[in-house]
Parts: sequence; C-alpha cells; structure tokens
Amino acid sequence: MNPPEQSFRVVGTRPVRPDGADKVTGRALYGTDFALAGMLHGAVLRSPHAHARIRGIDASRALALPGVKAVVTGADFPEAASVAIAGESAANLRDIARNVMARDKALYEGHAVAAVAATSPAIARAALALIAVDYEVLPHATSIAAAIAPDAPLLHDDLFTPGLKPRPETPSNLALHVAIDTGDAAAALAGAAAVAGGHYTTQPVHQGYIEPHACVAQWNADGQAQIWASSQGAFMIRSLVAGALGLKQADIRVTPLEIGGGFGGKTTVYLEPVALQLARQAGRPVRLEMSRSEVFRATGPAPGAVIDIRLGADKDGMLVGAEMTFHYTAGAFPGAAAHPAALLALAGYKVPNRKITGWEVVCNLPSSAAYRAPGAPQVAFAVESCLDELALQLGIDPIELRLKNAVGPGDTGPMGLPHGQIGLIECLEAARAHPHYSAPLAPGETRGVAAGGWANYGGPSTAAVALAEDGSVLVTTGSPDIGGSRAAMAMMAAETLGVPYETVRVTIADTASIGFSFLTGGSRTTFATGHAVIAAANQVIATARARAAQIWGVAADTVAWRDGAAHGTAGDSAGKVLTLAEIAGKAANAGGPISAEVGVNPAGWLPGFGVHICDCALDAETGQVKVTRYTAIQDVGRAIHPAYVEGQLQGGAAQGIGWALNEAYVYGADGRMENPGFLDYRVPVASDLPMIDTVLVDKPNPDHPYGVKGVGETPIVPPLAAVANAVSRAAGRRQRHLPMSPEQVLLGGDA
Amino acid sequence: MSKLHITTTVNGDPAEFLCEADDSLLAALRGPLGLTGTKEGCGSGDCGACTVMLDGSMVCSCLVLAAEAQGRRVETVEGLAEGGALHPLQQRFLEHGALQCGFCTPGLLVAARALLERNPDPSEEEARYWLAGNLCRCTGYDKVIRAVLDAGRDLRQDHGEKVA
Repeated sequence: MNPPEQSFRVVGTRPVRPDGADKVTGRALYGTDFALAGMLHGAVLRSPHAHARIRGIDASRALALPGVKAVVTGADFPEAASVAIAGESAANLRDIARNVMARDKALYEGHAVAAVAATSPAIARAALALIAVDYEVLPHATSIAAAIAPDAPLLHDDLFTPGLKPRPETPSNLALHVAIDTGDAAAALAGAAAVAGGHYTTQPVHQGYIEPHACVAQWNADGQAQIWASSQGAFMIRSLVAGALGLKQADIRVTPLEIGGGFGGKTTVYLEPVALQLARQAGRPVRLEMSRSEVFRATGPAPGAVIDIRLGADKDGMLVGAEMTFHYTAGAFPGAAAHPAALLALAGYKVPNRKITGWEVVCNLPSSAAYRAPGAPQVAFAVESCLDELALQLGIDPIELRLKNAVGPGDTGPMGLPHGQIGLIECLEAARAHPHYSAPLAPGETRGVAAGGWANYGGPSTAAVALAEDGSVLVTTGSPDIGGSRAAMAMMAAETLGVPYETVRVTIADTASIGFSFLTGGSRTTFATGHAVIAAANQVIATARARAAQIWGVAADTVAWRDGAAHGTAGDSAGKVLTLAEIAGKAANAGGPISAEVGVNPAGWLPGFGVHICDCALDAETGQVKVTRYTAIQDVGRAIHPAYVEGQLQGGAAQGIGWALNEAYVYGADGRMENPGFLDYRVPVASDLPMIDTVLVDKPNPDHPYGVKGVGETPIVPPLAAVANAVSRAAGRRQRHLPMSPEQVLLGGDA
Repeated sequence: MSKLHITTTVNGDPAEFLCEADDSLLAALRGPLGLTGTKEGCGSGDCGACTVMLDGSMVCSCLVLAAEAQGRRVETVEGLAEGGALHPLQQRFLEHGALQCGFCTPGLLVAARALLERNPDPSEEEARYWLAGNLCRCTGYDKVIRAVLDAGRDLRQDHGEKVA
C-alpha cells in the first residue's frame, strides 16, 4: 500500500508533546489530583489473612462514628454474571466483581472486605478499625507447589480445570490447561546432537507504576453516575462498573484523568465500583485512593512461573524439538496469560516438533494482571537461556544460532497462518553488526544476548477530527496517553492533512464525548487509534475538497489535496488554491462546520521482535551484578515519534532488568507479603543502570498508512534471559532462578 | 483539638494554612495549599515523587510534618518556571522525551535543580547517584539523565553570559 521510499514531513520527527508543558509544571491532573465540592474520603478494609471464610461483618460501630457517611461490604454488591472479559489477560466479570470486594471468602492478604466513606481521610481510617469481621481462617497456598499439592486448600469449589478433556470430576486449583503438540518432540529430542534444558523459576513481579490507583465517583438521584479515574481505558471502567453493579452503560460517564503509569496493571478495576457504591449510599461524591502497600498487596502482579524445558538441536544448530511444561500463578482468580505464553514461547523460531503444556494455578496471592507482554517474558527466559546453552555446547555464536532458526515473512506463525512483514531476522543482523556486540569486554565482564517478541494487537478505536474556524485542528480520541501517544496522534493527523504539527491539538475525551475505544494496551494505540485518526483526517480532507469544488463550481474529483490545501485542476479552477484555514473560515456558511468521527477495528497489526545485548560485571565476592552496557534493538515498523519509541525500548529493558536482578514478591509462612513497599521491593534506580542504547529497525507495516507496528510490550521480553545469559557466563553456572539476587547467584542455581 | 495555624513561604510567596499535628507537608501542599504538582507515590520516602526543597534542602515532603514548614521556605515544582518561561530542566525534559507518564517528573525536576545548583557540571555517574532516590518506572532513566546533563550545560552557558 505504501512504498518504503514514502517521504514524510512530520512522521519521524521529534516535536514536543502537546501535554508536555502541563506535565513539567505540575499542572496535569492525575488520579489523586481531582476533587469535587463536598467530596467524601473513602478507605478500604483489607483481609489480614491469606485465606479466610467471612462469617459475618459488624459495621455498626463504624457507622456510629461522627463523620462516617457510608459503609459497604460484599453484601452491598449484586452477584455479577459470569461473562468473559476481553483484555490483555483473560478475565471474568464475576471474578472481577469478587476481587473488588470479597463475598464469602477472602482469598489473599489485602483482599477488600469492607469500605467506608467519611468527611476526612482520618475519620475514614479510624472507622476501619471499628469494623468487626468474623473470620474463619483457612489453610492457604501462596506457591505453585503448595497450590497443586494433593492436600492443597481449595480456593474455588466450582473450578473444574477448563481446557482438560474430559472435564475433571473434582475441583482443583488448576485454573487452565493449554496444550500444543506438533510433530514428535520426544523422538526429535532423543535424536538431537545437543539438548539444553532444566527447571526454571520466576517470582511474581509488580508493574510498579509510581501513581497508586485513585478515583472519584459521584451518584445522582436520577441514577446517573460519573467517575473520574486514572486508568488505561475509561471505556473499560464504564463496562466493568456497569457489569459489576448491574447498571446501564449510558448511565455511567467516565472521565479519564492523566495516568501515572500502567504497564497493563491499570487494565482492570479495583476501586471504581466500590467508590460508586459508597457514593450511592452516602449521596455525596467519594474519593478512593490506594497507599503503596495496598497497590502491592491488592493489585495484580505478573504471574510467577515454574518452567521445565528441553530444547534440542542438530550438530549444525538447527532446532529439532522442544518440550516445555509451565505453571503460572494466577493468584486469587483464573487468568494468567498461559494462552499467549504457550503460543509465543517458541514463536521466534522454526521448531518442527514441539510439545508445550501450560497450566494456570490459582493460589492465595493477589489476582494477577496484565504486565507488558503478559505471559511472554517468563517462557522467553527459559527458551532464550536454552538457546544460549546450545550455542555454548555446539560452539556456535549465539546470534548465529538464532539466525539459523529465526522465523521470517511467510514462515508459519503461532496461529498457523503465515507471518507478514516481521523483522526478527533484521534485528538479529542489526545486533550482530552493532559495535556493542563486538566490543572488547573489560576484565570481569561478560555478555549475554537474547531475543523476544510479542503478538501486538489492533482492536476497536474511535477518533474525531474537527476544524476550528481558523483552520487549527482538534483531534479527539478515547485512548489514554501513557507515554506520549497524544504526540503520535497529532503527528499522524498533521501528516495526513498536510498542516504543521503545532496547529493540531489532541484531547482524550470522556466516555460520553467520543465513540468506543478499547483500552490502551496490547501495543495497539498508535496502530489502531492511529488508523482511526488518519481515517477521520481523510474524511475531513474529502469534505474540504468538496467545499473547494463547490466554491469553484467544479466537480470534487478534480480538486487535489496537497500541502494542507485544495488545488484546482479543472477549467477556471486550474492553479487556484484554498488552504485548510481558508476553507475552515468559510465552512460555517458554506455547508457547515467540518468534522468527522470514525470508528475502526483494523486488521493487519504485526508482531514485534527485539534483540537485546547486555554486559554485566559480577562481583565474585558479594554476588552483586552490575549491568555495565545495554543495547535494545527492535523492529518498530516505522517510528512516528522516535524519542517516545526509544523510550519504550529503554523503559521495557529497565523493567526487565529489574525482573531479572531485584524484583520479587516475598511471602512469609503466614501468607502475608513481606515487602509491600519500594524499600524492600526494589525497582531499578538511576544508579543501577547504564545508558540504554537503542536501534530502531525500520521494517514498515504495509497494513498501516505510516508503517506502524506496536512497540510497547516487546522490550520487556528479551531482558530476563539477556541478563541471565551474561550472569551465567560470569558465574560459570547456568542461572535458572529469578531474581538473580547476590545470594541466588553465589549459592543457588543449578550446577 | 483545634488545628495548627502555620505561616510559611511557598515558592517565594507568603502562605498560611491549617493542619493537624500529624499531617505531612505533602498533605498540606496538596490539600489546603492546592499545589497538586507534588505527587505521592509511596508515602514512605522511597520513591521521591514528593520531592520539594525546605530552606534549600531537598526533602521527601511525605516524611516532613506540615507544622515543620512554620517560618521556613518551601519550593515545589510549581515554582520552577519563571513567569511563563520554562526552566532549562523543564525544556530539556520535553525536548528529550524524558517523561512518559510524567508522574515522577515533578520530583525529578526539583531534585535535578538541587543537583545543578550544587554542581552545575555533574558527571553522568554523579547525576545517577543524586537522582537515585527518584524512581521512574517508564523511561529507564536514559533520557532523564541526558536531559539533566544538557540542562546543566544550558545553565553554565547562561551563567557564563551573565558573568561576561
């Protein structure tokens, strides 16, 4: 559709984002920055037990406290229907409703059991202490091993492992079974010249956005409600609140506030239905916000994993077979991305014989949520570690080994369809040619490489483009801007219309002001919402051409559009020009204001692949690992705003490095999280990291007008193994367990 | 118990507010003073999103009592730009794309200004250690560090021009 030699005026430049000044001056309004007159302050009572039956709740003393205006418990919420919810991680409406407020059982330490609204935060907190909950403490399981043991405490007595045929006769904590079996993996491995494998583990890790969850909800006497919240999708909130509380969607208006990071963790609701129930009871608006401890204990980490793998190659390094069984912790409710994990585990390589078995396991941890490329990093850690082992065993360069096996356009993809214009091979070649890969290592330093990918997504989006009377341009979408997407939308609109970037302004509208858009996730926004913006801009151009034709008295198809203006070609109109501003100025009296709103659900998104190179220095005495040089290479299709695309690669790499080296949920024998704060749950800080170099490989997507591929999620997939492969070489011992804490590196691991 | 009446200076202007004895400076800034640019990410001094200056010292405002502002000077992100002109740090953050979500940005800007006031020519390593108390989960710090080093260059140049 678009030749690669296409040239651009705006796409590929690096302008300042439209919301930039607000965000460097403190003016931007995030979740906790919004307030209403007469607003009450809410607080949530959370279970101190990992697993307990709630025999009764007595809130009478709390309600008697002056200043307390409402108390809600599970009894105040309707039983939501069992409906599958589309998202980055599979979920069920009934489970989401039970997660926001426990009913008969608390399923993890931190599970909400009651909430209050009061005239001050201090009174709300004091009221929590007056609520008496009668718990029957039950045995708990916070690990995969404990949850699948024969005598494991059962979380849900109605859970009969989906995906198993025949349906099991007894319930268990196995929440999903997925299987892929192609060829004869066992025979292939038996005949392989080299086999790498082992038992790999990763711990649950949190998305770690710096902004805690927060919202304000208001209920009117006529049954219409408003919610102001920071999230990855205002429409997602509308849908889930309506479903959880049994309301009409048109009666809930959700206004998106600025979002202080999400990474997948804000693709579901935690506070919003509770705040609205409180507001409904109190008759006044209510703000609910989480503390950092609540964020850790009650919102979704990425699943922890136990993975057993064997990967075999012939003597030339061609992969012949793979066997993999993995278990992922879903936490309190089913949904742990085992499907994408199974599909993506070997998606980068041609492996003729493969047997992959995946299980999701419910256990007494917070219900897991999407985290950047959900499901993919854990299995990629195991696969890419095995590739490193095979390279060492066979004496083949690790990038060369991957190149021998990498998939390219036309090769069969994970869904059985041929791949489109994917760029894994180009990324591997770029990595091999990068100065970093051939740079000499300092004494004591080692180097690891790993690849990884993510499927990406399209999905429904709506965008509107309207002209002001002076010809400046207003773009409206329903896609929250997490990392600079307003800039990308403005740039695509400016490019399409042929006007300067600075004349375009972008608004993220509330759910009553623009048509539906699926949430910001799946690396879909620049691709899919971008499609909608371009389509709306093209409709505006069509209208502007028609207006010019009308003014000139010629047929519309004789009017050309270039450089932001209508150009006449027929008869007397030949050589005449009307700029967008001139047409906009006449529009009100010549056919009416010009605008267009377009809804799309574009196909043609393509997976993203990346290759990371990591240098590490291991302190042999303390076991401390320092990342000394890092390069992230990725096929990005075409970068609309390269600085924000680089930022995605750098941020994803940093999160992956944290996953590899520092981060883990730590639970005590009592089933309580022991590190619910940034002091003890240590995310990478500035002094932990080097500069993160990036290489943006341009292999444009032919199914997007500007070549866009999703870029946000892929960068967290390679780092776990890239770091582990470097550390394994330094330690002289394969690192199969994350995080690679000093203790783990020095004393743990497999020989 | 009645509230405490605190008289202080915020971003150069006289200010007063009422607070409880156990309110944090962060709560006073965001509540009665209406300055929501300073963010709360953890409430325990671990993330740096609430960084402000108190009598010229960098503090986590979540760890300072509101009453401690009595008679002292508080500077927040809202005081960084002069009139309508952005501070070179703000300008460089925008040019580099050194913010994605922008939630940690106010704290980072206040901390970075404190660094450049003490050391207008920091090395990359000095900048990384000075800012190690300001968590950013989006950027991996690369563009943040580059923006801070560039802003230092701008400030040195400005200073040089004024001296000359």
